[in-house]
Order: sequence, then C-alpha cells, then structure tokens
Amino acid sequence: MSGRRIVSISLPQLAIERWTKVMERQGNAPPDDIPVVLAREGHHGPVIHAANRKARMDGVHPGARVVDMRAICPELQVEYADPAGDRAALDRLVLWARRFCPWTARDGEDGIILDTTGSDHLFGGEAAMLVEMETQLSLLGLTARLAVAPTWGAAWALARFGPVRSICKADEAYFKLGPLPVAGLRLNSDTVLLLRRLGLKTIGAVMDVPRLSLTRRFVKAGLDANPLMRLDQALGKLAEPVSSRDAPPVIRATARLAEPIFDPTPHLPDLCEDLCDQLKAAGLGCRALHLVVYRTDGDVAEVTVRTSAPTRDPAHLHSLFRDKVDRINPGFGFDLITLAAGGVEEIAARQTRLDGDSDDDLHLTRLIDRLSAKFGARSVTRPMLHQSHVPERAEAALAALAEAPEGQAVVVKERPLRLLDHPEEVRVLYAVPEGPPAQFVWRRQTHRVARYAGPERIAPEWWKDRPGTRLRDYFKVEDASGRRLWLYREGILGDGRGQEPRWFVHGFFG
Amino acid sequence: MGVLRMQQKMAGQGERPAGMPHTLAEVFPANPSDASATGFMLSRLPRTNAPILWVQDRLSRKEAGRPALAGIGLRHPIIMVDLSRAADVLWAMEDGLRCRALAAVVGEVWGDPPALDFTATKRLAMRSEAADVSCWLIRRAASPDLSAARDRWRIASLPSETTSARRAIPRRSALGARSVPLAAQQARPVGGHP
Repeated sequence: MSGRRIVSISLPQLAIERWTKVMERQGNAPPDDIPVVLAREGHHGPVIHAANRKARMDGVHPGARVVDMRAICPELQVEYADPAGDRAALDRLVLWARRFCPWTARDGEDGIILDTTGSDHLFGGEAAMLVEMETQLSLLGLTARLAVAPTWGAAWALARFGPVRSICKADEAYFKLGPLPVAGLRLNSDTVLLLRRLGLKTIGAVMDVPRLSLTRRFVKAGLDANPLMRLDQALGKLAEPVSSRDAPPVIRATARLAEPIFDPTPHLPDLCEDLCDQLKAAGLGCRALHLVVYRTDGDVAEVTVRTSAPTRDPAHLHSLFRDKVDRINPGFGFDLITLAAGGVEEIAARQTRLDGDSDDDLHLTRLIDRLSAKFGARSVTRPMLHQSHVPERAEAALAALAEAPEGQAVVVKERPLRLLDHPEEVRVLYAVPEGPPAQFVWRRQTHRVARYAGPERIAPEWWKDRPGTRLRDYFKVEDASGRRLWLYREGILGDGRGQEPRWFVHGFFG
Repeated sequence: MGVLRMQQKMAGQGERPAGMPHTLAEVFPANPSDASATGFMLSRLPRTNAPILWVQDRLSRKEAGRPALAGIGLRHPIIMVDLSRAADVLWAMEDGLRCRALAAVVGEVWGDPPALDFTATKRLAMRSEAADVSCWLIRRAASPDLSAARDRWRIASLPSETTSARRAIPRRSALGARSVPLAAQQARPVGGHP
C-alpha cells in the first residue's frame, strides 16, 4: 500500500441537507429557526434519523425516539426520511467526485473514498485539493469533513475524528491516529463499547496492547469486530484497495430527421428495436423508457413509460407508448427523437420451457405494465398487510410497478371482507354508555339489529395519532334482513375527549 | 371466517364439474352494500396461489367499499385497479384475461352503463373461456338484462341460524352460521358446454 494517497470525505448531515435542498426547490423550505427532524421507523415507534441545526442545538440527537425528543422540544417538526433517496444521491455524488480523481468509491451511508494518488498536483498540492473539494461540496449545500492519508482506515478516522482537513504523510499514521477515539477504527458499536469497558479509549491505547493478547481475544471476530485487523488496515499492514464502480452505461437510440415532423409514431418501432439490440448486447434490461423529442423552436418534450420488471422486448416496450405519444405537444414539429433506457439492470436470457412458450410470470408483469401505462401507476396497486390494529392502517397499497417486499403481517382477528374508505356516520340507538347498538339509521334507512357480536376495543396508536384521538369499540351486527355490518363507536361517554360518542359504519362481512 | 363457513355450507351445492372450462359469471347482489356476493365469489375461486386482478369502478368503491385483505386472506395476492369509468373497467378486465397466470379477473360495475352491453359480456365470456381464467362481474344496482354470461347469480343474505349453544346465553344474541340463498338465474348450455 505504500505510496497511495486516499481521501476520505465524510458527509455527516447528508440526509437533512438533501431534504432542505429538495424543499427549497419546491419553495416550501422551513425557516432556519424551526427545529426540523427526519424520522425513520424504529422498533418502538419512529426514531430520529437526522436533525437540522436548530434541533441539534435544542438537544435533539439522532437515534433517539421522536416522542422523547418532542418532550424536550415541543415545536419539533417531524418529516419522514428517505434513506433510499439518500443512498441514490450518494451514488451520484460518487460519480460526481470523479472530477478530482478517476478512482472513487462509496463508503458506508455517509462517506466517499477517493484514491487521489498522483492527481493532487492538478490542484496545486494536497492542501489546496482538500480546500477545493470542500468548496465544491459546500456549493452543493453539503457539509463535509475531509482528510487525506496513506490508507482508507487512517483517512476515515482522521476525517471523522481528526483536525479539519488533516493531511497525514506516509510515515505519520502511527502518531496521528494515536490520540483519536477507538470509534475511529470502523468497528461496530458492540466492539467499541467493549473496548471502552476494557479501558481502551483511544487508538493509541489499543496500539500499546501486545498483539498476542488482542489476537487471542478477537481471533474469531469478523472484520467489523476485530480491532487488530482494523488497526492493521489503518496502518497499511493489511491491504484494503479502493474498488471503483463504473457508471452505468448510457443506452440511447437516436433518430435524426431531415424534415421536422409532428408525430413520432412511425419512428418508434425502429427506435425500440435499436434500443433493445443495445440492451441485449450489454446483457441488460430496462425498467423505464424516456422518449424525448427536440422541437425546432428549441423546446423539449418528454414522455416516460415504466415497467414492473426489467425487460428488453421491443414489441412490449413499443406497446406501452400506445396512448402516451398523443400527449406530446409537437409545436412547429421536431427533428430529433431520442429514446433512452432508464433503470438499467442486468437480466439473463433464459428459457423456462422447452416448447418455446413463455412463462406465466412474464405475462403478469406485462399485464401490470400495460395497465399502469394506460391508467397511471397510481391506479394499479398491490395491497399488502401492515402491522397495525387500526383497520384503515392494516393495509397499505403499494404501486404494483414496485418490487414486492418480503413477508407480510398476519391477521389475528376476524375482519370484514370489505371496508369503506371513509367510515360513514350513523345515528344509533344504544344503551348509554357502552351498550350494543339496537337500531341505527344508515343511508336514510332504519335497520334493527337482530344479533351482534362484540365489542372489540381498538385503542388509538398514541405514537402516531394526535393527542385526543378516541378509542373505538367495534361491533359486528346483523340486521333483520341478514346483512352483516361492522359498526364502531368512537369514544366513551365521559372519557374527557370531546362530546357524546359518535357511531360509524366501517365495513361489511360476507 | 365467513368465507370458510360458507364454503362448508355450500359443499356440493354448485360445484363446478371437473373438466368444465372457466367462464364469465355475473353476480347480482340483492342489496348493493352486501358483501355476501364477494364471499360467494371468493369461495368459488380455484384452490391455487395465483393472483387475482380486481377492477373496481368509482361508485362501487364508494358505495360498497374496497375488498379488505385482512378479511379476504392472503391465499391469492391481489392486484387492485381503481378506475372511474365502466368502459375502463371492461378494458382492464379484457386485458387481464389475456394473462393465464391469474386465478380470476374480478370486475365491479355499478348500475347499467351503456358500455356494458351484450357485446361486451360476449367478449369477456369468449376471452375467459379462451384463456381458461374465471371472470366474475359483480353488478350492483343493476338490472339483469341481456347478457352472454354463462352463469348468472342473484345473491342475498339470510338471517343467521341460532345455535343451541348460543341460545343458552339469554341476553346476548350471537351471530350463528351463515346461509346464503342462491338463485342461479340463467345457466344455459351455450356453445360447446357439456
């Protein structure tokens, strides 16, 4: 590893800064003096994923539960974090960082690693290069901490725990790492806690322990939990190369036209064919197609179709554009059409049956594609069960185009076959305060309750609902004609959460 | 669960003979907001784990609710399509019947839209038989006029049977087993049916 120069960039506030930037672009960014946090789902309700400056100054720290932090800081504004979006943004940033050196890689959830060996002189030395990197990142609105060192491990530790823009020469790693805390060794939290309990608070203290005793203690531990191996990586005794990933290839078919035209339909089959040939040659499939027409008046119009599974079948892709092409406003005509593949993934060519007939899964994904292309992705959904007792939250509708997640919740109680989107209020005659319904007026008709079962009490989810939400008592009732409905009473008389309880019809049993 | 109980109740009551292809069936619930038609349809689905394509128009969804996964069960994954016009519902159903991987295509249409005429039902029936995928058309607040459906059902619910065990508890009347009167309105052998 001698002679390598590795830059580690740490972006500690990536999530909140990206969120702020998105909000600014939409024109509804909150002012700086409002504490804002991004939350993600935890085991016991939402936990804080990232916090803005004002929230951090008020004592909110990431990893804590949102309800606890609300107690510290009542005016906290909670938004949902988008970890997948952050990851995609970081991947783009990794490619963006190739302006400094040709060899960059992603480092966890909030860091970038650059191998700048031999490219620092382009910026006038390493110190100037680090300043340039930090400037460029701050122009993107990102707070960054940087360090350059001979190894990945040393650069990582110095960027997070060392002085600002620290530069570590080839033979200085031993001395520079010594005073840093053990968390700088890229260990998991259990091992850091263990080392701290052993009294080893700094990396220097770990270095002073004889190798033999450390080896004995951590002989079976993996890389994450092995301080000795991490130390060797940081000091360059154990190789840790930076493996750079190439940008996905741009796959695009273009039609240059001699004369401006108004309808791209005649060119679409050829473009799809060309694109699919390129995809096939690269062993790839695409999940989106962007049709862009460049108009003679300088304007650009775009139409996008999406598929639920990666595909490279020209006939199928062409059929998805059937009704969409009409939405292009041609203006005075256009003379350049491009068709670009998006969401490119590797797919293997496979044959499932010997008789050449295609398989059923393929037909299903194509059906979803066709329906989504015609009616919009929002109309075609795949309901999934969700872990919640509140009936309207027990089901989540995912877009059928998206990947189906693994594992569903289980149903424990009997539930109706059909649910109303919005429970309908009914006037009910019942024995106050907690009696079953005896008669109710629903949709202007009076129903006498012949039989009932219940109540089943469902308490509000205090970690999600606003304070003052009332509990519900569900009754399964059957009217004189045999129809079965699911009624609930919202609240109890005298629970201190509003007026008299109201009744609602929520669903129908078969 | 209601569906299971109904399946036991109806064992042998209208079983489809083996070897008979799946076809289009129309269901007319006597009361638009009664879920027994849904339960009946679910009890007659094939015993596979294939998905269902479920297409609803806006009024059906508003008046009779959406199918709830917690009540229906997880045997068949559902692909739900929410549309506003009956013509779109029929288009989506026809498109779904091109896919043999489905267990059933279920459409819910409210009232008597002009798009749902004899030709439309004939197309659905022929597609359904060609693909051997059962197709169910649940028609609420509709008049059973001319149609090419091979099976037509009129479904209402009856009050529960009281069981002796339940009767022992005097002040609390419980819900007993379910019974559904079924009226096979038209079951005519048309074109190639045995």
